[in-house]
Order: sequence, then structure tokens, then C-alpha cells
Amino acid sequence: MKAADKTKKTKGLHNRDNMGYAFIAPFVLVFLTFNIYPVARTLYLSFTDYSGFNVPTWVGLTNYIRVFKDKLLWEAFGNTVRIWGINIILQLGIAFLLTIVFSDMKYRTRGLSIFRALFYLPNLIAATSVAYLFKTMLDWKFGSFNQILKGIGLISESVDWMGTPPLLRTAVGVIGAWMWFGNSFIMLMAGVQGINRDYYEAAAIDGAGRWKVFGKITLPLLKPIMLYVAITSLIGGLQLFDIPYLMTLGQQKQVRAVNTAVMHLYTMAFKNRQIGYAGAIAFILFFIICICSILVYLMMYSKKRKEED
Amino acid sequence: MTKKVNQTIIYLLLLLLSTICLLPFIMMLVNSTREGTDIMKSFTLIPGDYLIKNWEVVKENLNIPRGFANSIFISVLSTALAAYFSSLTAFGFAFYRFKGRKVIFTIIIVSMMIPAQLGLLGFYDLSMKLGLIDSFIPLIVPSIASPATVFFLRQYLLSVMPKSLLEAPRIDGASEFYIFHKIGLPIMSPGIATMAIGIFIGSWNSYLLPLVILNSQRKFTLPVMIASLNAVKNIAQNIGATYVAVAISVVPIIIVFCFCSKYIISSISSGSVKE
Repeated sequence: MKAADKTKKTKGLHNRDNMGYAFIAPFVLVFLTFNIYPVARTLYLSFTDYSGFNVPTWVGLTNYIRVFKDKLLWEAFGNTVRIWGINIILQLGIAFLLTIVFSDMKYRTRGLSIFRALFYLPNLIAATSVAYLFKTMLDWKFGSFNQILKGIGLISESVDWMGTPPLLRTAVGVIGAWMWFGNSFIMLMAGVQGINRDYYEAAAIDGAGRWKVFGKITLPLLKPIMLYVAITSLIGGLQLFDIPYLMTLGQQKQVRAVNTAVMHLYTMAFKNRQIGYAGAIAFILFFIICICSILVYLMMYSKKRKEED
Repeated sequence: MTKKVNQTIIYLLLLLLSTICLLPFIMMLVNSTREGTDIMKSFTLIPGDYLIKNWEVVKENLNIPRGFANSIFISVLSTALAAYFSSLTAFGFAFYRFKGRKVIFTIIIVSMMIPAQLGLLGFYDLSMKLGLIDSFIPLIVPSIASPATVFFLRQYLLSVMPKSLLEAPRIDGASEFYIFHKIGLPIMSPGIATMAIGIFIGSWNSYLLPLVILNSQRKFTLPVMIASLNAVKNIAQNIGATYVAVAISVVPIIIVFCFCSKYIISSISSGSVKE
């Protein structure tokens, strides 16, 4: 009698656990269709000649060989790295300084929630609007930006921001930093707030100075989040598209200056209808992003090791 | 004494940074009320009285209400689908020990690391094959599978809802889906709200995907419409109208932000404190 009860119970439990499949079924179905399949399909197409209208014909590694000979692509890749460099130094630098300011024990800076909200605001706005706003403001003749600079006497002649490649690249990098530093700051600050208060109290009892506390407690414990912030900005930065694309839309001369890898991919796929080749670019870019992420990880991880030794 | 001085410097720098964040928006609002020729001549923060005339130029060239309605339709539906199905999935992963759940969950987490552009071409190709080009479906339905939201809500459920809460209704004979709707969803709602705002803003601002999928004017979302300003000669010439058009796309988000900034910030923070 007892034994029968038990089998019945375990069987019931088992059935109930299988209900989990019903709960996740819609997700899995859509996930396979719209997330996994497109990636697999892109991979397949990257080995074919395909315009979107013909039957894909297998061409082996031809597209990948072409990637290495495509001067425009490597130029675009160089642009991406240069824009990203300016962007990331400013973005993480400011975010990091702000984290130091707001976590400092001596100054106890107030107003964190208000400043946090203000700093995050630029990130909420659609990239299209941001691009349009800055494009209009940076205009050589009519832009407010030149007017302000002239007003405070920093420049006497109008600067052609959009028409000078290095200036345009810098502008795109700065706009990226402007959009994203608040986001990095919030994440770093959340990390600081997640650190157990006991460590700080113990340090205070031991009489450690604030820079020592920062260097020995805050910084090492913040490392996983710094890694997360660095890798996500790397992935986002190397996929830069909307801002430079929209700021230079229809201006052939300016496009060259800020043509990024994903802009090149977009042009190849949707303007030149070379979807197979664009697929190869996508996978090479993915490969580069993977390598860079691993490098960032190793860099931060080996540093930590050295400190422990 | 030096402490006071340093503190003042810190606050001044923070104010400067805040100004840099706000100034472009203020200039946008001010310029949208000024006449084009005025804007070209000088810079000021005093609003003009040209707003309505600028708006009329916009109205002649772009169907902004239409773009607005399209954006709202897509964003609201995407957010609702993502919120409901992510909760459902998270509930399944949190409380049922079915076979293969660890493998599936790991695949979902790994997929979060894959850059969005990797699947773009396959996605476009798939939409073309299914005859869904210039349709809203490819912009809405995929949000049923939002890996990051599932991941977040599962962690959330495990921390706020003990499994024992499921026992009582089970003894009363309630079905598993009934338990999810009556107990799971309400308990998860703060977590859902946090994620939903992020999804809404992401969908509202999304550009590359609608650009690739949509191709007729009347289907355009607001960002795609704003981007098409370039092709419209009249607006480009009338710089004040350009500012009005951009302002219209920005203001709703600022309003959402004013009411929900707390949720938004906690959703970003949650991304960094996963462990």
C-alpha cells in the first residue's frame, strides 16, 4: 500500500516537472526561428553567391578571401577602431572618475540619483534623433556649435566639423561617449554599492586611508564589473552603425571618413545586393570581436594574478 | 577649508557635465520655436514664436502622427509579448526540473553574447521567404524570445519566490498555468516592470531592423521617418522644422523617463550585479 503510494507520487512529480517544457515552449520556438536559424543561415550564405533573389550558389571560401583583399573594408575597420578609441577613453574615463567621486568616503558627494538620471538621459534618445541633432548643430554655416564657440571667443573662423575627416571621426567618438558614459557610470556605481559594507568598516577600524581603501578594496572588488563594462562596450563599439551612417547619409565625401565595418556590411548587403559577401564580413567581424573580448579578459585576469603573487 | 574648496570644485564640475548632457536638448527645444533664418544667424536660449509655422512645414512633408502610431503599436506589442513570455519561460526554468533544462539555459545565456548584426542577413532572408518584408510581424514576434529578460526574471524569481509557495495551490488542485497567472506573475511584477521599460525604449529607438524590414512610407516608425528627413528637401532647407521633427521623437521618451527613471536605473544596475 505504502509502496504503491510512493510510486504514484514520484510519477506525479515527474509529470509535473515535464510541465516545464510547456512553459518554455513558445520561447524556444521563437528563439530557434528568429535567433538561431538566422545566424546559421548567415553562416551558410557567407559561403555562397547570393543577391537575395537568386538561388544561392556555393562558392566555398571565395567571399572570405575577398574580405582580406577588400581595402575599403579594412579602411572602415580602421575608422571603427579610431572612433571607438576616442569613444571608449572618454566614456570609461569619465564614468570611472564619477565613480571615484561618488564613492569617496571623505567628500560624501550628494545628489547621486539626480546626477545619475541626468547623465543617463542622452542614452535614452534614439540614435536617429541624436545623429540629426548633432548633424544640424555641427553644420559649418548654420550650426549652433560654431556660433557658441565663436560667442565665447574660442574660435574666430567657423570650423568645418563635418567636412574634415579627423574632426568628424572625433565628433562621432565624442557623441558616442556622450551617449554611453552615464550607462557605464550606473553599472560601475551599482558595483560599488554592491560591495559589502563590512570591508569598509574593518578598514576604518584598521585606520586605512581613503586612497588605500580605494586601491585595496573598491578597485579589486569592482574588477568583474569593469570586465563586463569593458566587454559590452567593445561589442557595442565594434558594431557602430547608426550615428555615423545617419550623420553622413547622402554625403559621399563624408562617408569615407567615418565608414564603419557594419556600415560597409550594410552597403554590401542592401545597396550592392551582395548578401553572401556581407555574411562573410559579419562572421569575420564576429571573430575579431571574440578575439578582442578574450584579450580583454586575459588582460584583466592576468593583472589580478600578478597582484595576488 | 580645503575640503570645502574641493567640494565646491567637484559640484561645479558635476554641474558642467550635467549641462553638457542637457544643453543639446534645450537647444533643440529652443530652436524648434525659431525661424530658420534666425537659427542660421545666431545662437540664443530664448524661445521664439515660430513653433506652429515650423510644425506646419513638418506636416506638409512627413506624416508624423502615422509614424508615431506605428512606433507605439510596435513598441507596446513587443513589450507586452516580451514581458509575458519571458515571465512564462523564467517560471518554467525556475520551478520545474525537466530534462535538458541546464543545457537549454546555457545556450540562452551564451546567445546573449552574440552581436545582433551576426544574424541580420539571415533574419532579412527569412523575412523575405516568409513574405514578411514591409510587415510589422518581424519587428514584433521575435520579442517573444528575449534571452536577457528571461535570465533576469529567473534570477529574480529564485530570490523572491520560495518553491514552497507552489505547494498549497497544488494541493487544492490548481493547474500549473493557473498558479503561474495567479501567483507567479503578481510576485514577478516589479521585476517585469523594470525590464519592460528597457524593452519599450529599445524598441521605440530601434533603427537598423525597421530600416531593413520596412520600405513603404506609411509603415515607417518614427526613427526611420526622422532619418528620411534627408530625402525631403523642404525640411532640410527649413532648419527650424528639422528641430521640431526631432523634438517630437525625443519628447515622449523624456516624459517616460521623468516618471520611471528609478526603474530604468535599477534595470541597468541589475545588469552589473548578477552574481
